[in-house]
Amino acid sequence: MSDHDYQPSSKLGKWFNDRLPLLTLSNHLQEYPTPKNLNYWWTFGGILTFCLITQIITGIILGMHYIAHADLAFGSVEHIMRDVNYGWLIRYVHANGASMFFLAVYIHIFRSLYYGSYKAPREVIWIIGMIIYFLMMATAFMGYVLPWGQMSFWGATVITNLFSAIPFVGESITNWLWGGYSVDNPTLTRFFSLHYLLPFLILGLVILHIWALHVPGNNNPIGIDIKKPSNDTVPFHPYIVIKDLFALLLFLIVFAFFVFYSPNILGHADNYIEADPLVTPAHIVPEWYLLPFYAILRSVPDKLLGVIAMFASIFVLVVLPWLDTSKVRSAIFRPIYKQFYWFLVADVLILGYMGAMPAEGAYLIIARVATAYYFLHFLVILPVLGRKEKTLDIPLSITEPVLGGFPNQATTKNKQDNRENL
Amino acid sequence: MKKFLKILFCASLLLNTNYANSAENSAELLKVDWSFKSFFGKFDRASLQRGYQVYNEVCASCHSVKYLSYRNLTEKGGPEFTEEEAKAIASNFEVIDGPDSTGEMFTRPARLSDKFVSPYANDEEAKSANGGAYPPDMSVLVKARKGGADYIYSLLLGYEDPPADMELDDGVYYNKFMYGNKIKMSAPLLDDIVEYSDGTKATTEQMSKDVVTFLMWAAEPHLEQRHKFGFRVIIYLIIITILVYYSMKKIWSRIESKV
Repeated sequence: MSDHDYQPSSKLGKWFNDRLPLLTLSNHLQEYPTPKNLNYWWTFGGILTFCLITQIITGIILGMHYIAHADLAFGSVEHIMRDVNYGWLIRYVHANGASMFFLAVYIHIFRSLYYGSYKAPREVIWIIGMIIYFLMMATAFMGYVLPWGQMSFWGATVITNLFSAIPFVGESITNWLWGGYSVDNPTLTRFFSLHYLLPFLILGLVILHIWALHVPGNNNPIGIDIKKPSNDTVPFHPYIVIKDLFALLLFLIVFAFFVFYSPNILGHADNYIEADPLVTPAHIVPEWYLLPFYAILRSVPDKLLGVIAMFASIFVLVVLPWLDTSKVRSAIFRPIYKQFYWFLVADVLILGYMGAMPAEGAYLIIARVATAYYFLHFLVILPVLGRKEKTLDIPLSITEPVLGGFPNQATTKNKQDNRENL
Repeated sequence: MKKFLKILFCASLLLNTNYANSAENSAELLKVDWSFKSFFGKFDRASLQRGYQVYNEVCASCHSVKYLSYRNLTEKGGPEFTEEEAKAIASNFEVIDGPDSTGEMFTRPARLSDKFVSPYANDEEAKSANGGAYPPDMSVLVKARKGGADYIYSLLLGYEDPPADMELDDGVYYNKFMYGNKIKMSAPLLDDIVEYSDGTKATTEQMSKDVVTFLMWAAEPHLEQRHKFGFRVIIYLIIITILVYYSMKKIWSRIESKV
């Protein structure tokens, strides 16, 4: 990296840059050496940044017309849908944007799991990412409450009631969260306030996430350390910029299809019924992106333990860099891990499905097995596998497998050497 | 890669359709080939106008549509009544306005800018007049029921004699599409209960279709604009995606070995 050698060409530029090195930053972002073998799974970082900005802009506009009051919120959303110019478009982009955001973040996280992007020296990037993910869930949950439909109200009631499971102080905490003795107007106004605040915290964390990324540089599909800049890297601009843009446009086509042709398919019909504290819906289900966690919560018979299991399912992800003991990053060179990886993907999809089903009979049994397997994967399989697994030979550089066949035995270090090297 | 995206995408869709349909629906919904479905879907203007008539003469005696205004009846993409027709419709209703300069409230005929006048003053009156069951507001009713337009249509045609083993209380009716099969609304439509001015025969099926079309519009007044807009957006996106794809190929061709 040539950050320190960078000199603006104009005199004014130099004067300004000496006082605030924004031009150095801009130069760094353009020149940033990126592995040239990044596949399309790596484009979701850019897509997620786009999603966040879209949510913030549409959200700010919605906030100009929305009224955070238990008697008026539902009507104000209908006002946006009917009377505000292009209000229907802005609201549908915001509502479906949340789903698109989560679709992208799940792909981003599972990409990281496959290619071992959370391993040293990228643990801090991963942990910041997990905090972002957690804040995203909190933000999305509170956003879903704002239209004050039946699912808003009862979803908020179920989730806030979880805190009542805390021994001794649970009830006081729940009342404090509600601002009263049930979910009501004070709950709605504070959720609106926090729903407006959290995205800006996420934005700050995204900046830290990218900053932390730019210290070691990107991981890559082969998962090896690369020399930067070298034959193995390309400057971020224009190579990665144009590739990210292409992927973003494909993503936008899917996004547009939802917004314009099935804007309500990802939501729940009951949320078009105004909140009524006296009528409980037949099934209370969260938005699709929270379903796996909802399944874990319900699969534990004890309320407190269920809540602990749900939060633990996120916490195991935070400590993942230390649970996975394998020094080899990419699943390409870990034949057994690769199998378990796909088991985990299937397990999470099953959990999601079970979260949408009533917690009874066969559904409940499957949800329990899937929950147990989820924790087994992180707490037992990964630590043991890292020590026992026989990994494949790893190429020395990105260019090598391309030029010399894959893998080139003559220049490939064996596993032992690699471990010392890493 | 593409195959993979598809799989993930289908999986997420599957997840959703499944939980959207998870309610215990006793009977398969009647399917209608609605004109407003599909990419270029539009409302059938005549059907919307007839649907308004059915709503006004039948449903409106119990159900409100509180988020619609009379001016909406003239707007593009809706029933598109002329301004005179809509004004005449509005003037049939009385609204309470005021206070006037002496501080008194007064009633006046409704104007285009007024919201649809509700049949009851408040929810409690609505409940007490309907045996304790609240007739839901119809503004977004189509979006508030699983199955949407098909469900409302089926419900209107789903009245039958109850099975022999089922006891029904007074004021409760059997409907094979209703959740739990018990409904407190008696069959609202009978053949020729309204007389269409355009000569269409007012069969129960025809009236159901018309009124559901009207309710779909009431729930999504900008549906036509959304479909039109969406088509343009997607065409634009596809064109720019192709351009960016070739730019990308060209830029990456500078790198000696492709990865």
